[in-house]
Order: sequence, then structure tokens, then C-alpha cells
Amino acid sequence: MNMAQRVLMKGNEALAQAAIDAGCRCFFGYPITPQTELAAYMAKQMPKVGGVYLQAESEIAAINMVQGAAAAGVRAMTSSSSPGISLKTEGISYMCGSDLPALIVNVQRGGPGLGGIQPSQADYWQATKAPGHGDLHILVFTPSSVQEMVDLVGKAFDLADKYRMPAMILADGLLGQMMEPVEIGGKEVPVPAAKPWAACGHRNQREHNIVNSLYLTASELEDLVKKRFERYREIEAKEPLCEAYLVDDADIVVAAYGAAARIAKAAVRTARERGIRAGLLRPVTVWPFPKKDFQAAARHASRFLCVEMNMGQMVDDVRLAVECSKPVGFFGTTGGVIPTPAQVLEQIENLSGGAR
Amino acid sequence: MKDLNVLLAGFGGQGILFMGKLIAYAGLIDGREVSWLPSYGPEMRGGTANCSVCLSDEPVCSPLVTEPDILIVMNQPSFDRFIGSVAPGGIAIIDSSLVGGKTAREDISSFYVPATALAGEKGLQGLANIILVGKMLAETRFCSLDTMRAAIEKAVPPRKQNLVAGNMRAVELGMDS
Repeated sequence: MNMAQRVLMKGNEALAQAAIDAGCRCFFGYPITPQTELAAYMAKQMPKVGGVYLQAESEIAAINMVQGAAAAGVRAMTSSSSPGISLKTEGISYMCGSDLPALIVNVQRGGPGLGGIQPSQADYWQATKAPGHGDLHILVFTPSSVQEMVDLVGKAFDLADKYRMPAMILADGLLGQMMEPVEIGGKEVPVPAAKPWAACGHRNQREHNIVNSLYLTASELEDLVKKRFERYREIEAKEPLCEAYLVDDADIVVAAYGAAARIAKAAVRTARERGIRAGLLRPVTVWPFPKKDFQAAARHASRFLCVEMNMGQMVDDVRLAVECSKPVGFFGTTGGVIPTPAQVLEQIENLSGGAR
Repeated sequence: MKDLNVLLAGFGGQGILFMGKLIAYAGLIDGREVSWLPSYGPEMRGGTANCSVCLSDEPVCSPLVTEPDILIVMNQPSFDRFIGSVAPGGIAIIDSSLVGGKTAREDISSFYVPATALAGEKGLQGLANIILVGKMLAETRFCSLDTMRAAIEKAVPPRKQNLVAGNMRAVELGMDS
């Protein structure tokens, strides 16, 4: 690794730069802690690359601007934090219904309601089960380091384009606010795929394109949704991402994503030092959920422990993935409280019968 | 090298986060893994501020420091809140201009540096934080003086490079205190 290229950046700012590097040229947002540095960075840098930065009058306006830009074929994004994401759900649903690619970043904070401003993972259900009304899914990426805040952005944009659907980076206040060394930029950026469906002016050279989510004939809408779900099945087969850490011979498999996974990893490492065969499965996509990795681990693990910064949300997906073949326990903190490695270690030790 | 978990605490406006940046940059320059995590809140100047910095040869797992190897405190509330959390065998560096009283703990090494008063006497106003970083450098040798100079050059914005010399003087003053 070339150390000279490593720079110290906040997660929010690194993500913003990575989005510009990935060819994003339209950012629409509205300030909210702990995400604001992302928008501030965009405000400074977007004009320098000939892009558009616009602070909208509200989150709802911002997501609708994203929808408009996406419909015109532009790489567009918005970012917010939990309460702001709730406001965007209508627009997200419309984009799903119109088959539009875009990136939505959620730097999660404690909820519900206005909640708090400290890091949280309490929007997992919202992101993976109901990011808007209707039969729909969006791609959901869960970075666990500032480097991943960078690396997953281009991937999210590319897959959003490929499958013509919105993608979300589901981060949290800890990842957004912390600084870590990152390698950023300097890579050849592939030109985004052509978008022959984009409504960007036909110049009397072709039939006009229509971007729409309104279908009043039930059978027509059913056909469309079913076709979309064929695409979702393809994504579930091809696109799940998961990191496995010391899982091959693990007896206790900890499941955690994002910031919680960093803390769980420290606990797993200490558990190993104490002779407990612990491992960590860290989903990098939570939709599609990496079911196969969990099914494989369930063949040798005696139990699972899901660690989250919420009251227990991803734990449902872990149970579904292993089809309740093994017990799945849960440990969480919520409201903006960050768990400590010692707390997670205690849980692991209890599960292993206190074995040392 | 041993992992180093540092907790820095004081009021907003004392340069708590900047201290953290210096230590993080020093780690980065030396090719180590580092993390820097600020407490963030609605408060700006006058509120409490604290900052966790981890230096390690492995990627940092939890960036939140709850049992610091090194604690630097610049006000009474932070002293009262965090002195008990220092890991046994750890180091506490206290701005004794701003903190009254001493800790009864004997399992840690405590250094009382009147950094704010020193800064005033030596014409280094606003650099009490850097004096304390100098003391940390003297007591731990977590990086070389050359690395510290390079870290200051990185952490100080390009248009304010004229401040580097004063910062270095503060570091040296802290090392000798």
C-alpha cells in the first residue's frame, strides 16, 4: 500500500468526494446533524466540477429534485439523517415505481421522532422493509469504515444504474463524524452506462420517453411489479455482499453491520484470545441480505448473536436466513448509545457458557 | 508498537479537536492505523467537547475510547468525569490552571501542567492545548519531534502556516514542563 496516498478524512466528507469521483453531478439536500458535513462539502466542491449543489427548501423538495435529475439521466443524490429520510420516503417510492436510479445517503441518528443526534442503526427496518409505500425494494449498502464510505459509493451508483432502482448508503453518525485514513481518487472512473430511457429531450430524433409511476389498469400495474420483482430476485441471487471474519470454524457467530460491526469485531478478537471460537459475519449489503453466508455458517455454528445499535431489527433477517435452525440471540443499545467491546464480549462469554 | 487510546476533553474553543487531529496526523505520518472521533452536539464555543483518538498497528475496531491509556483534560467537569476511566498504568495530563485538586489514584501517572498560565506568560495565547500535547510527547514518545512538526504542518490550514513555529514552541515548552 502506498502510504503517501492515505489522507485523513471525515466519513461524511470522504463519501461526498467519492460521489463526485463516481460522476455524481447533482446534489440536492437539506441540512441535518450528523450528516451536514456531506452537504457542506458538496456545496464547496460541486461547482468546481461543473455540477449542481442545491439546498432545497425541505427534504421532500430535495428528493423530488433528485427524481427529476434521475429522470433526465443524471447521476444524482441526496443525503440526510433519520427524520429527514422519513420525509423522503414518498419520493423514494415514486423513483422505485418509475425505475429511476439515484443514491440516497442516511447517516442515521437516534429515533423515533426527532429523537437525538447521536449514532444509531434504528432505521434498518425502514431501509430494508419499507423505504416507501408499495411493493418495492432499494439496494442498501452498509459501510463499516471511512474507506468503505468511499468504496461503496461508486458501486451503489453502478448497481442503481444497472438495475434501474434507487440505492441507499445506510451509515450512522459515528461513521459520518469520525476521521480515518482513506485512499481516495486517482482511479479511472468508468463512464456510466447509457440511459436510453432518460427523458432528456428527443430532438425529433426518436419517440419521446415517459417516466411515470401511475398505472390505473390493475393488470398492467401487476405485470410491471411482477417484472420488477424478477429483477429483485436476480439481485438477491447475484449482489449480496458480506465480510466473514474468523467464521470458518466458529461456534458462536456474531452478526453485525456498520459501526456495530467494528465493536463486535473487537469483542470477537478478544473472545478468540480467551479460547472461545467466535466469528463475525458482517453484511455489507442488507438488501439484498447475504442469506447464503448465514446458511453456510449455520452448518457449523451452534448459535448466533446479532449486535445492533437499535432494539433488534436485523436480527429478524438473521433468523429468516437460518430458518430458525439455530438460536439467534440479540444484544443492542439504542437512542444514540454506542455499545462497548466489553459489553459484546460479555454476551459472547455468556453464550459460550463462560468457557475460557 | 503498542496501541494507544487517547481521550481529550475540555470546553469547546480550547482546541480539543485540533489536539486530536495532531495526534491522529502523527500516527498517519508514521504509517499507523488511526481513528479520530469527536463528540458532536449542538454546542459550539463554551460547551463541553471531547475527542477519542486511537493509534494502532492493526485497523482500529472501536473508535470510541472508554478506557484511555492517555487522558488530557482542560476543565474541571472533564477531570471529574473522566479521571476514573483512565486504564490502570495509564497517564493523565491535567491543565492545572483550570482544574483544582488532584486525583487520589495511584495506579496511574498524573502530570499537572499549568498550561493555560504558561501559554499566557510565554506569549503563546491559545496554545495551552499544544503545550499539553508536548507533555504527552515527552512522557510517551509516541512519535518523534520531526513527526510532530510534520503533523502540525498538516493540521494547520495552508493559509495559516505562519502558525507552525508558535505551535512548535508550545510543543517544546510542554516537553520541558
